[in-house]
Amino acid sequence: MSEPLLELQEVTVRFGGHVAVDSVDLSVDPGTITGLIGPNGAGKTTTFNVITGLQAPTTGHLHFGGKDITRARAHRRAQAGIGRTFQRLEVFGSLTARENVLVGVELRRRWGRRAKPTPVALALLAETGLIQPSSGPEVLGGILAREETDALLDLVGISHVANTRADELPTGLARLVELARALATRPRLLLLDEPASGQDESETEAFAQLLVRLAGTGMGILLVEHDVPLVMQLCSKVCVLDFGSVLATGTPAEVQADKAVIDAYLGAEPVSAEAIEHLDAGA
Amino acid sequence: METFFQFFIVFALQAAGIYAVAASGLVVTYATSGVFNFAHGAIGMFCAFSYWELSQNRGWPSWIALVVVLFVEAPLIGLVLDRVIMRRLADASTITTIVVTIGLLVAFVQLAGMIWPQGSTTRVLPEFFVGDTVKVFGINVSYHAVIVLITAILVAVVLRVLLYETRLGVAMRAVVDNRELGALNGVHPDRISSVSWMLGSMLAALAGVLIAPILPQFTPVALTLLVISAYAAAMVGRLRSLPLTFLGAVILGEFESLLNWIDTKGIGGHTVADVANDLQTSAPVILLFVVLILLPQDRVAGRSSRRYNAPTPSLRTMAMAMVAYVAGAYVIAQSGWVSKTTVDQLGVGIALGIVMLSLVLLTGYGGQVSLAQPGFAGIGALVVWKMGPVGGLVAGVVICAAVGVLVALPALKMRDLYLALSTMAFALFLETNIYGENALFKQFLPFSVGNASVRRIPGLEGDTAFFMVMAVAFALIVLLLTVIRNGSFGRRLQAMRDSPSACVTLGLDLTATKLQAFGLAAAIAGLGGALLAMWKETSVGVADFSLLKGPLPGLPLVLVAVVFGITTAFGAVIGGPVFVLLPLIGTWYPALENIMNLAPGLAGIGLGQNPDGAVGQVAESFARDEPSADHPPPPPRVPVVPERVGAAGRPTAEEIRELDDVLGLSWGRCETKAAPR
Repeated sequence: MSEPLLELQEVTVRFGGHVAVDSVDLSVDPGTITGLIGPNGAGKTTTFNVITGLQAPTTGHLHFGGKDITRARAHRRAQAGIGRTFQRLEVFGSLTARENVLVGVELRRRWGRRAKPTPVALALLAETGLIQPSSGPEVLGGILAREETDALLDLVGISHVANTRADELPTGLARLVELARALATRPRLLLLDEPASGQDESETEAFAQLLVRLAGTGMGILLVEHDVPLVMQLCSKVCVLDFGSVLATGTPAEVQADKAVIDAYLGAEPVSAEAIEHLDAGA
Repeated sequence: METFFQFFIVFALQAAGIYAVAASGLVVTYATSGVFNFAHGAIGMFCAFSYWELSQNRGWPSWIALVVVLFVEAPLIGLVLDRVIMRRLADASTITTIVVTIGLLVAFVQLAGMIWPQGSTTRVLPEFFVGDTVKVFGINVSYHAVIVLITAILVAVVLRVLLYETRLGVAMRAVVDNRELGALNGVHPDRISSVSWMLGSMLAALAGVLIAPILPQFTPVALTLLVISAYAAAMVGRLRSLPLTFLGAVILGEFESLLNWIDTKGIGGHTVADVANDLQTSAPVILLFVVLILLPQDRVAGRSSRRYNAPTPSLRTMAMAMVAYVAGAYVIAQSGWVSKTTVDQLGVGIALGIVMLSLVLLTGYGGQVSLAQPGFAGIGALVVWKMGPVGGLVAGVVICAAVGVLVALPALKMRDLYLALSTMAFALFLETNIYGENALFKQFLPFSVGNASVRRIPGLEGDTAFFMVMAVAFALIVLLLTVIRNGSFGRRLQAMRDSPSACVTLGLDLTATKLQAFGLAAAIAGLGGALLAMWKETSVGVADFSLLKGPLPGLPLVLVAVVFGITTAFGAVIGGPVFVLLPLIGTWYPALENIMNLAPGLAGIGLGQNPDGAVGQVAESFARDEPSADHPPPPPRVPVVPERVGAAGRPTAEEIRELDDVLGLSWGRCETKAAPR
């Protein structure tokens, strides 16, 4: 297997006496979806904040694309190719859905002038239909910011609300605005923090297909999600966090059979996706 | 040795005692209500004047006057403020609480000016037991100083006992930690809030009464500004810790005494002593600025809790509006229908309108608070006075942009309240030590006493011509702001205002963006100030750009700007002229004079209801009346998380996450704990 896109080594975050993330090792491979699950307070969002640079780790190291980014500032990491969405929505409320995405596109154009487009970026643009799958980087110059914005809105399926203010959108759609906005930076690594919450069943189904398409571009995806069946269905690897530390890592099947996971969540009962979902719904 | 003792023990501790009393009041109200009361000093000032009225003017025995002021008037003010204003601010954004309490400050200053008019008489408030002294180590110490010290120690003891030993105090501290949890445990947050505001007002009054006798001037503005000292001391305690606040007061007292000592003893030669002398009045401002820079700052903020509804007019609409504006200006200047006095005043209004426009960019679009804009206007005026009309105009704008960036640098990581405080400190420093009465540069003398003469642009000297120059400049800046707003930079600014953390994850360099916004806004304010100076031609000086002094002070200017709306440039179109016409209306209809003077303050206080300003509100109500096919009414939004958790205002996303992490809100958590591991 090739070198992981993202690697966390013994990352620890302390808030005063409270250890939010405890010596976590985690890796994400390009072109795959990795699930990060665990109860609220297990440290999932804090882990995201550490990866994106919003929270400095107390100890530990992060590598992205083979480079140590432990000390890199947040906006530099975004420019290096890390995009994310937020569990607690962070849309630009006074802007329309289209403008939200446009801000992302415009920002990338400001910092991306010299940067060579990555294969992932080309594949992503091909996925939106803006360029042919066989096209090289030379065609990118002709794409207008507005065109790219509209293509991204179309890709995530929110063209019909493009002119609505983001703070007037229902949660499920607002999450898609955040996704399109994150894609505007043409990330190589995409962090999704409970993207399916607020979506109904059919929306979730469409969303799952979109994630598979995105992973198909070579993008690495780290998915925090309480919809455990969805995680088990999509992810090639799942990491279970509890009290800030990694309880288990492996394929969905391995994790579901893991003794520590079973003990922690379900006593002696064998764990099933349905059972975990049941717990989730009861919380 | 003798004088050393006097300087660093007697003077310093006397001042420290008063600052400690004032600052602890500030901390008590901030800690329990989450509202930083900019009007704290104004309340103390008002009570000190009341005390003067009763004890000196009406001849009541001092102790009766004191009891009435401290135990009747002050608590009553606190109670009314809490019931009428503060309680409604529990959920308001920090920006709103800043504007409302500054409105209160302005209203109190204006009210005091009305009740006790300045100029005609010089009032004196004698020290307690004036003339009586006690010998300490062979030095005569005034009774007043002794009383101040004893009072400060008593306040410290009483607060400590109240907060830690009584049921009420425990409840107050519980409210600080978490309003909802406190309420669940049988604490009445409303009652706690009333008590803390009454207590805060009493402490403000006590400080006012104690300091008035030892101030060189007994005027509303001098006494109100004194609260800056309290800000500085309270900030040492990070607005939370009373012991550190007392320490801050001591540091400030010693710092002032040190400057006084250097000055009096002539240490370091003439120059150093002179600088020390000039800096004495600014000691609190300097300390405040230093403490704010040294304070550990918050991490990148999450989503703004405020909703911005202002319309985004197209460039076309704005261009037509500005053509009409310039045409209207021409009619006013040329037709002779309007008296010369009114035209003069309206010209000032256009120039100040440009200063207001700088706030549209910085605060309205970018969400960055600044009280320094009148100060930048002053720099613009100063430069144009020094360097002549054309070169000065260009240089003024460039210098203001540079200073704006410099001021913003330390303030970059500050959130609303600290940003407001530090920009206010900067503006006060400017008007005191750069172009004000204690200017460090004596070359600025005519300007610093309000007696500078400024030339207009050659060829455009006529009143009508220059009036039109200003009107066109205003219109062009409005159009510039519209272009910015509808363009990439404007979207970036609004995005930064709505969610800084999301911006960062899109690769936005917050530092650079904020610096650009501060620099551009300072340049616009500087242009407004330069034009104002040229329009006035004579008697230009510090009084035109002071935050609280002069005929058209800066804080009310900011209030009027915010009240008419700073999320759209339309607000300044109306706000500028209205601001300058208020006093004029007062001279036309003397019956209205008092109301006109109070209007900016009252409007600021009223803002709590309407954060987008009057123009935004009106525009929105029109927009709401006509739902169109393109913009169907929005579906109800499902909240993702509980809207409020913290004690003070809305929590940021980060705070929620932390709380989530700390509390371990459960997803099968109970089962986890119950199960054997």
